[in-house]
Amino acid sequence: MSDWFSQAENWVFLVIAVPMVVAAWRSVTSRNVVHAVLFLVAALAASAAIFLLLGAEFIAWTVVLVYIGAVIVLFLFGIMITRAPLGIETQLSHSTQTKIGAAIVAGALFALISVTAIRAFGDAEMVAAPTRAGEVGQSIFQRFVIPFETVSVVLLAALIGGIVLARRDPVEGDPTLGGDVDRARAASEGGGP
Amino acid sequence: MIVTQFVILGAALFSLGVYGVLTRRNAVLVLLSVELMLAAVNINFVAFDVFVQDRIAGGQIFALFVIAVAAAEVGIGLAIVLLIFRNRQSANVDELDLMKL
Amino acid sequence: MTHLLTTANSLILAAESGAKELSDGGTLASWAWLIPVVPMVAAFAIVFFGKRMPYKGWDIAIAVMGFEALYGTALLLSHISKPIAHDFQVEIAMLGSMPIEWGWSVDGLSIMMYFLIGVVGFLVFLFAKGYMEGDVRYTWFFASFTLFAGGMLVLVSAPNLIQLIVGWELVGVSSWLLIGHYWEEHENSSAAIKAFLTNKVGDAGLFVGAIIISMSVGSFRFSDILHAVESGAAEAPTLSRFAFWGGLALFIGAMGKSAQFPLHVWLPDAMAGPTPVSSLMHAATMVTAGVFLVGRMYPLYLTDGFATEVRAVIVIIGGITLFLTGLIALVQDDIKRVLAYSTLSQLGYMTAAMGAGAYTAGLFHLFTHAFFKALLFLGAGSVIHSVHSNNMSDMGGLRKPMPYTYWTFVVGSLALAGIVPFAGFFSKDEILASLRYASGEFGVADGGGAVATVILALAIGGAFITAFYMARTVFLTFHGEYKGHGHPHESPRIMWVPLVALAVPSAVIGFINIPGVTEVFTKVVGGREVPVLDHHASSFDIPMLLAGLVAAGLGIYLGWRIWGPDAETQEARDSFRVDGLYPVLENKYYIDDFYMDGIVRPIRGPVARAMDWFNGYVIDFIVNGAGLLAKALGKVVYWFDQRGVDGAINASGAVTGAGGGVLRLLQTGKVQQYAVLIFAATVILVGGLVIWF
Repeated sequence: MSDWFSQAENWVFLVIAVPMVVAAWRSVTSRNVVHAVLFLVAALAASAAIFLLLGAEFIAWTVVLVYIGAVIVLFLFGIMITRAPLGIETQLSHSTQTKIGAAIVAGALFALISVTAIRAFGDAEMVAAPTRAGEVGQSIFQRFVIPFETVSVVLLAALIGGIVLARRDPVEGDPTLGGDVDRARAASEGGGP
Repeated sequence: MIVTQFVILGAALFSLGVYGVLTRRNAVLVLLSVELMLAAVNINFVAFDVFVQDRIAGGQIFALFVIAVAAAEVGIGLAIVLLIFRNRQSANVDELDLMKL
Repeated sequence: MTHLLTTANSLILAAESGAKELSDGGTLASWAWLIPVVPMVAAFAIVFFGKRMPYKGWDIAIAVMGFEALYGTALLLSHISKPIAHDFQVEIAMLGSMPIEWGWSVDGLSIMMYFLIGVVGFLVFLFAKGYMEGDVRYTWFFASFTLFAGGMLVLVSAPNLIQLIVGWELVGVSSWLLIGHYWEEHENSSAAIKAFLTNKVGDAGLFVGAIIISMSVGSFRFSDILHAVESGAAEAPTLSRFAFWGGLALFIGAMGKSAQFPLHVWLPDAMAGPTPVSSLMHAATMVTAGVFLVGRMYPLYLTDGFATEVRAVIVIIGGITLFLTGLIALVQDDIKRVLAYSTLSQLGYMTAAMGAGAYTAGLFHLFTHAFFKALLFLGAGSVIHSVHSNNMSDMGGLRKPMPYTYWTFVVGSLALAGIVPFAGFFSKDEILASLRYASGEFGVADGGGAVATVILALAIGGAFITAFYMARTVFLTFHGEYKGHGHPHESPRIMWVPLVALAVPSAVIGFINIPGVTEVFTKVVGGREVPVLDHHASSFDIPMLLAGLVAAGLGIYLGWRIWGPDAETQEARDSFRVDGLYPVLENKYYIDDFYMDGIVRPIRGPVARAMDWFNGYVIDFIVNGAGLLAKALGKVVYWFDQRGVDGAINASGAVTGAGGGVLRLLQTGKVQQYAVLIFAATVILVGGLVIWF
């Protein structure tokens, strides 16, 4: 173990990993919705840093761009549209009883995976060599070109699905339709509030 | 560096994500916790890719695919949450107990 | 006499390409990528913005074709002053270890085609404005017409087989759009489908050939393939071994596009399209693609140890095509069909010349033919526009009301018939001379030169037939009494100006390649990176020249005797209708019937019947059987239900009720509680597994 601590990169790892776990912890327990999202940003940024440590530059920047850039914005939109309470809110999580049950399950899961990993790999050393974006690109477009195309189809399907799900049906006077968007539309159509 | 440290970090993140999924009431936050779980998976993918020194970087590419699918999942998930919110004026998961009927 | 023959026949086998001093063409050649790209972009621009333009899209199209004509002319002039061989490709993907590339090539062969497509295309587009005026899909027509020209330019500019195939298919698909332009009539849309499917038969050959050749060379590039050929059979053993099959398959592809017997059936039906389409399709584009392909791969067919044997096939196919289709042209009433069969016949000449080893002569005929055939089709279009009928039996006497059309049509006909000094004379003479040379030179199987001699006889006969049917067409259309309805009138200026503009090259362009005097064209098409060994005449082949002229003169005379204004008697015509032969010709040798009755129906019928049988017996049997089985099962179940189950039910009901009372505590309908259970169960199961092992 002293071996482990003598390596500089492991200190770097700790410097990233500890705040990451803390951020993740805060993100699932925070009572403020926006804070939860911001802690997720921190956790994901840390995961990008982990990827850099592993030499996977392309993944790291993809995480920054896609997750921190796009997905988080989506979350914030989701929060605003569903009018989640923006301040401190005690009703964001379930009761303490549920929390204890969940904590037991999650803890057991963590213990299980950790024990399994230690038993399987022990202290097998690994060497991080940087993987250039070019290599990843070559691999995607030669070896993995069909999965890549499939993923693009999945994304397209998600795009269409998202639109189909989220668009409101053009039924006038439907009592189940409500909310800001409706009022905004009514206003824009000249009907007044 | 040893591979176990990354696996344990991934396990911690994953378990925290599970905890979030199980305890959060707000559907948006449930989705957020799922993202945490996916990030944990990505760390495992990349760590093992580096560990086995894959020449075609298969682990990294699957991490990319996970990111892409996660983006799709968030899109669809939020659309569903939006729909539920529109129909029930609430985004709380525990009020969605129609499965009991 | 023998002495004269020998000297007159002094065709030489020489690398007359001037390959030593090739330039890269400078800026002009490095911007040549505009040639295929501009029309492709323009085609889409016309679709999207055409309707808003002052001339509804025609203005974009004509501007593009003007650009092509200018660029082609500039390249040609530059090439004549100093031969250009420019080749540029960028890699866009890898296929195994072979890169798929996109680029453009600028050399003698492609420059000749750029010029031809640009100039002829420009004039045809000009004509089309007048012809298509008032058409319902006017803008769409010009969009697909531009796409058609663009596809041909992609094909011609291809520096590798992949791009050639792309262009090839673009031409195919846009020709399908154009032939079926008047799709409201079933006949027209089926003509389009026929053209497309017949072409597809050839395309299969092209694909197979491209795969064989590229795989045995390890590259799709023409330059790599042809350099491999140049290095000799010993240096390229794989290619040498597969060259025959590869070359043959490529030629089958060429047969499809260039409408060689027996894949010629689509071309006459392609007349269903608007006349400007026929004009461009039969002259500068589409049908020339096959000949172009053979020309592009020419060293493969000409170098010993490679696909030289295929040339015997090529010359035979060409000979059969030129003679048989020429005969059909004699009996057609539809003026466009006469010209269509005439195109087939002339394509046969080109193919035969290519097979005989006469690269220059074949391409020269392609070149001159493009001008006068475009002229003839546009002339026919002008006549049709005026009398509103395709049938020559509705025409006659149009000489007076349509002077421009008449005189230009006569020029075109004389050029096609090969009368000195019009363009067709020079190119046809070169083909006859080279066929004669081939009859003594290259061995076709064991027959020696016998086959080539037969083909030569067919070609001379073909020259007679050509003159004969063109005389018939001219006399029936423009002389005698007007037999149609209404008052024919000369077409508007936008239509006759292209006719005049095409009549000039039809008359004089033959002078650019007079054996022994000028060799401009030989030098142009010979200016390629890999030199082409070519037979071409250093002087006129006097016997062949005379034979061709006499045959043509005889044809015109006979035509005049039968259909001319002075001999317009029923008897003369009846004497022409040889019993037995005439119906065969009218039915186009029954080839279409053979394809329909011999291939399409026998396949379609049994397939349909087999499907019906399968439907009626197998599927119905399964459905009925399933029904019966279910019924029988039902009876069994009912019995079991009545006797055995009822008792058990009542007992189990109580147990279930008690169990449900316990389990319903879990059934809350709350998703997250289910999730807790799932995760917990997973942990327990996997944990058990980990501990167990």
